[in-house]
Amino acid sequence: MTALTDDTLPVTPRAMRDEMVLFVVMAVLLAAVPFSGIYPFFVMQALCFALLACAFNLLIGYGGLLSFGHAMFMGTAGYCSAHALKVWALPPELGVLVGIAAAFVLSIITGYISIRRQGIYFSMITLALSQLLYFIYLQAPFTHGEDGIQGIPQGHMFGVLDLSKPTVLYYVVLVGFLAGFLLIYRIINSPFGEVLKSIRENEPRAISLGYRTDQYKFLAFVLSGTLAGFAGALKVFVAQNASLTDVHWSMSGEVVLMTLVGGLGTIFGPVVGAFVIIAMQQYLAGFGQWVTVIQGSIFVICVLTFRRGVIGEIAHYFRRSL
Amino acid sequence: MQALYAQLLVGLINGSFYALLSLGLAVIFGMLNIINFAHGALYMMGAFAAYFLLNVGGISYWWALLLAPIIVGIFGMILERTMLKFLTGLDHLYGLLLTFGIALIVQGVFQNYFGSSGLPYAIPDQLKGGMNLGFMFLPIYRGWVVVFSLVVCLGTWFLIEKTRLGAYLRAATENPTLVRAFGINVPRMITLTYGLGVGLAALAGVLSAPINQVRPLMGADLIIVVFAVVVIGGMGSIMGSIITGFALGVIEGLTKYFYPEASNTVVFVLMVLVLLVKPTGLTGRAA
Repeated sequence: MTALTDDTLPVTPRAMRDEMVLFVVMAVLLAAVPFSGIYPFFVMQALCFALLACAFNLLIGYGGLLSFGHAMFMGTAGYCSAHALKVWALPPELGVLVGIAAAFVLSIITGYISIRRQGIYFSMITLALSQLLYFIYLQAPFTHGEDGIQGIPQGHMFGVLDLSKPTVLYYVVLVGFLAGFLLIYRIINSPFGEVLKSIRENEPRAISLGYRTDQYKFLAFVLSGTLAGFAGALKVFVAQNASLTDVHWSMSGEVVLMTLVGGLGTIFGPVVGAFVIIAMQQYLAGFGQWVTVIQGSIFVICVLTFRRGVIGEIAHYFRRSL
Repeated sequence: MQALYAQLLVGLINGSFYALLSLGLAVIFGMLNIINFAHGALYMMGAFAAYFLLNVGGISYWWALLLAPIIVGIFGMILERTMLKFLTGLDHLYGLLLTFGIALIVQGVFQNYFGSSGLPYAIPDQLKGGMNLGFMFLPIYRGWVVVFSLVVCLGTWFLIEKTRLGAYLRAATENPTLVRAFGINVPRMITLTYGLGVGLAALAGVLSAPINQVRPLMGADLIIVVFAVVVIGGMGSIMGSIITGFALGVIEGLTKYFYPEASNTVVFVLMVLVLLVKPTGLTGRAA
């Protein structure tokens, strides 16, 4: 049986150095965006999805668990942050915290339920749970149903950073993204991450070595869900609304697609994938439903011919882990 | 009481769709080790096939019951031959991703040409009208759907559990290499099995066309409910899939009567409860 991430190479000191160099390059390039004339809204949106995809990748790429309901964490955090900002009039930093806390609680509950089954069943359960949440949000009064929560005030972060200025907002989102990315990188390379990878490779052996694999998978699920919630809370400031599309299964599918295109189980892959897919949606917006057809075709092509993804192929060519 | 019986009937009808679809998923999973995410899209294609047969070819509902599953089944077999068979030996999850992509393509193409609104499909003349059963009024078409689905489900159960062909199929599920060594063409059996599972989905689509209208996204949400049904029932047993499908339909119908707000979510809530009490599913062996 070929596992999803069979080609992952061991992390050597040289690989660590490569990754840090790439990280700095990425951070510098992203920091230069406001001076380049690129539409910052597009990049901010892509950054939120990139963080979401990285969080999703923590679960699939390193834990071997394919969640088909990751939009539920993003959507839940989005709704809760939006509600806190608009109705409770909390400052932005507390609004983000409310969203993260909501995603944390949700991931504990859903993780406790879904971790009971593995493989294909795990995917179906997470999908069904996110659909359950979708219907709850459709009917709950505080989400305003089909309209969503609109016109969310952006406010001043820590009382000084005026988020209604696009440049300030951009750097706040960028710092949030980089912090989340580094945290995920740290998790992957921690002893916990190593045990997680060993479970992915051979769960019975990990059990025989005395690891309680269910607890590791549960913790990975909670970390992934909470970080996905962080992405959702950031996105509220960018989009200034929270709506049902963020909880819908098609959004969960898009996250899977981003990670697949970039490379499952690669560190930078989800970021590249998120930018590719968001850019594609931007440029093809005029084609209506053909976007869905193109996304489906990318799924098919990736699975049949391009399973390593963009970054995975590059890493494989240079025999590095990226 | 009238309303309760009416909702019970709606529940039975939804239950027959759940049963037909989860049965197909179980048969396909047994043979191909793939969860067919495209099942909802193929169900929708079945309904569209019936619509075109009637409105373009002038072919009646009765022939559509036979022809639509064959047409969609052939389409499915082409999918299996050109794409799915290359996934042998890869992680199960790739099958899920590939068929999800196929579902997006099929649904996207139909949405482009037919929008999101529904096309009407008339109930055939022979099944119009209703019967007064004394305690309730039974529309004949709805009664027909339940009875016919039940017959098809039991027929499939008989085919797999009681015939020689079914014995080959079960043997190939357990150990394909050994069955091949006995001179049976297993790859062809895999293709035909996929065709059979897809055909069952298309049949459910034809049956639902006069009730639910023909819409490009008619299968998109349904397949997620069917996934929950499959998690509840487990995919180990054919009869288990049939019984779970009908039972959940009835429970959903009852919920519509007693607490309509929860009718969309009751199947998912039941899935959570089953996972908490018996994680392997009601009939399931561990996956």
